[in-house]
Amino acid sequence: MLWACIRLPHLALDAVLRDVDDPARPLALVTGPAQLRTLHSVNAAAAQAGLRPGMRLTAANAVSAETALHDHDPQRDERAHRFLAAWAYRHSSLVSAQWPGAIVLEASASFRLFGPWPQLEAKLRRELDVLGFQHRIALAPTPRAAQVFAGLRDGYALSDPNALAPTLDRVPIRRAALPDEAGVRLHRMGIRSLKELRELPRDGIRRRFGLPLLEHLDRLYGTTDDPLDCYQPPDHFDARVEMGYEVESHQALLFPLRRLVGDLAVYLSARDGGVQRFVIRLEHEVLRREAGVREKSHTDVQVGMLAAERDATLLMDIARNRLEQASIDKPVVGLRLLARELPPFVPAARDLFDTRPSQAMPWPQLRERLRARLGDEAVYRIAPTGDPRPERAWRTADADEDAACNVPAPIRPPRPTWLLPRPVPLRQHGLRIVSGPERLESGWWDEDDVRRDYYVLETPQGQRAWAFADPGKRGEWMLHGWFA
Amino acid sequence: MAAQVVPLESLLSARTVWRAGRQAAPAPLGESTGFAALDALLPHGGWPHKALSELLIPAEGVGELTLLMPTLARMTQAGRLVALIAPPFCPYAPAWQRAGVDLRYLEIVQPAAQASMQANARGALWAFEQCLRSAAFSAVLGWPVSADGPSLRRLQVAADTGECIGFAVRDSKHADNPSPAALRIERVQDDWRIRKCRGGQVPSQGFAPPSHTALPG
Repeated sequence: MLWACIRLPHLALDAVLRDVDDPARPLALVTGPAQLRTLHSVNAAAAQAGLRPGMRLTAANAVSAETALHDHDPQRDERAHRFLAAWAYRHSSLVSAQWPGAIVLEASASFRLFGPWPQLEAKLRRELDVLGFQHRIALAPTPRAAQVFAGLRDGYALSDPNALAPTLDRVPIRRAALPDEAGVRLHRMGIRSLKELRELPRDGIRRRFGLPLLEHLDRLYGTTDDPLDCYQPPDHFDARVEMGYEVESHQALLFPLRRLVGDLAVYLSARDGGVQRFVIRLEHEVLRREAGVREKSHTDVQVGMLAAERDATLLMDIARNRLEQASIDKPVVGLRLLARELPPFVPAARDLFDTRPSQAMPWPQLRERLRARLGDEAVYRIAPTGDPRPERAWRTADADEDAACNVPAPIRPPRPTWLLPRPVPLRQHGLRIVSGPERLESGWWDEDDVRRDYYVLETPQGQRAWAFADPGKRGEWMLHGWFA
Repeated sequence: MAAQVVPLESLLSARTVWRAGRQAAPAPLGESTGFAALDALLPHGGWPHKALSELLIPAEGVGELTLLMPTLARMTQAGRLVALIAPPFCPYAPAWQRAGVDLRYLEIVQPAAQASMQANARGALWAFEQCLRSAAFSAVLGWPVSADGPSLRRLQVAADTGECIGFAVRDSKHADNPSPAALRIERVQDDWRIRKCRGGQVPSQGFAPPSHTALPG
């Protein structure tokens, strides 16, 4: 196995410069507590102006006033590091980002696809240049050796495992990337190279420096295996399309959206999953001239379904409906699709000899389409409950509440098939009492007690009404339902 | 060789021979209404399949659900889905269950309230058409308040493609306007009068459901 190590000496700076309008302008990252602000790193233009990493902020301000200062954000570094690991995953299936500021990937298995090392190396460098990350690359039979070489000499490649030990032996002890600053301590002890270190008794090294140094040494020379934390592609979908121009209409967003949803569907079918919830993020960017930075914001359009789906047409249909309901008040420069929950997909079982019409749409899909356009609460079922008060004798039931729908309601005198959302006065002449009264006196336990006499009335048009009056008072009818 | 004597009745029952003057499609193509007297009046022996039926009522609560309830109960009990699109009131679960409807198979689509009445009606009409067309439902009930001729025609076509029975409950004032529905039935006093039925003569007598008198006093 041959391992390539890509060292990223200016990861924090590069991650910031990527998002800056003009990377050639002097720029410095600032870190440290508020009382002791120091420069974390500086770009070439700032270095030319006399700024150095580690400089106090006040001194830096005195040296160069026009340098743009940005806060150093470790999370941004972390994101850039992960992003590069994902990028490296395209070139190898074994990628590790376990060491800060470095990406390690197994290269020999990729030679068949990308050609021998010089070609692969050139490809890596080309892509990193486009991405805007400064780098140092080296190749070695063990990952740790590659890391050491990348620090020593950019572009160094050693593919012969037998030559590894002699080469490593010549490495100066302080540049061998030993754990816990052991290199400096060894140097002070008079040890100058790895060879001298290896000639020391192992027992003594273990007692002075602990086991990690010995383990590191063994893994560096490849005498023991080096278990790496391999990078795993994320368990969620996150894709983005950058628009080359500012978009302010829904129509123009549909094409990129279709591409993203198509990618999502491919991704889902590759991992045999479905998606139940995803977010369409509309990214806005407003250029603020005075600060020289782009101010970013975004609008999220949530898309949720009752069941996991993965059909591209269906997802597009739903996403489109949701998007069209969202208002775009700022120009959109980017479109992002995020799907975090990817539950297993259970395809609907169909009869082989299904005789339904060809354009038929199964109910779960249709339900999603209706919900997408009419609102999340638009589709429901009803279930009876045990409460004697008519307003509370029923409730809405969700898709997964079959049992609730099937509970038999308590047996009561006839009830109307239509219930008014709330009782309204029934002022009509010629009402005829068909039956009643039925006294309902209930609800003392939840501060909503009712005391009503219910009657079945018939109107002159032949309607059957269900109305109530206060006990003992006929005539002031409150209409509560229709026997339709 | 003597011709084999075949009794006429067997030919007729095998439908190899038609009797002139009879209706072309006497087969029970319809979905029984659950009322024998009404089935007898309708040309297909029930609600027409793959078509829209219109119920014209002077006001809500004159027995329009009573007329449909046996059909809906039978469908849901067989596990076939029925949808209500934008019903004018809340369907009262205990009463529907009492009438025999299996509530597990009754889906209600109530568009979220929009700013304007038109938007609401448009949403409901769209949902009505989608449900009819989808073939997911055996029957779809709708209350197309503001539906005009073209939109009713769309509903009729959707019911045809979705092989579904559509019921449109509308106000009696539309009775005089033409309609593409396959069956139009109007509530007049205590009777249901058939105004139009595709595939047969409009019967002269009405149908009086036993519904309201069944209420205990």
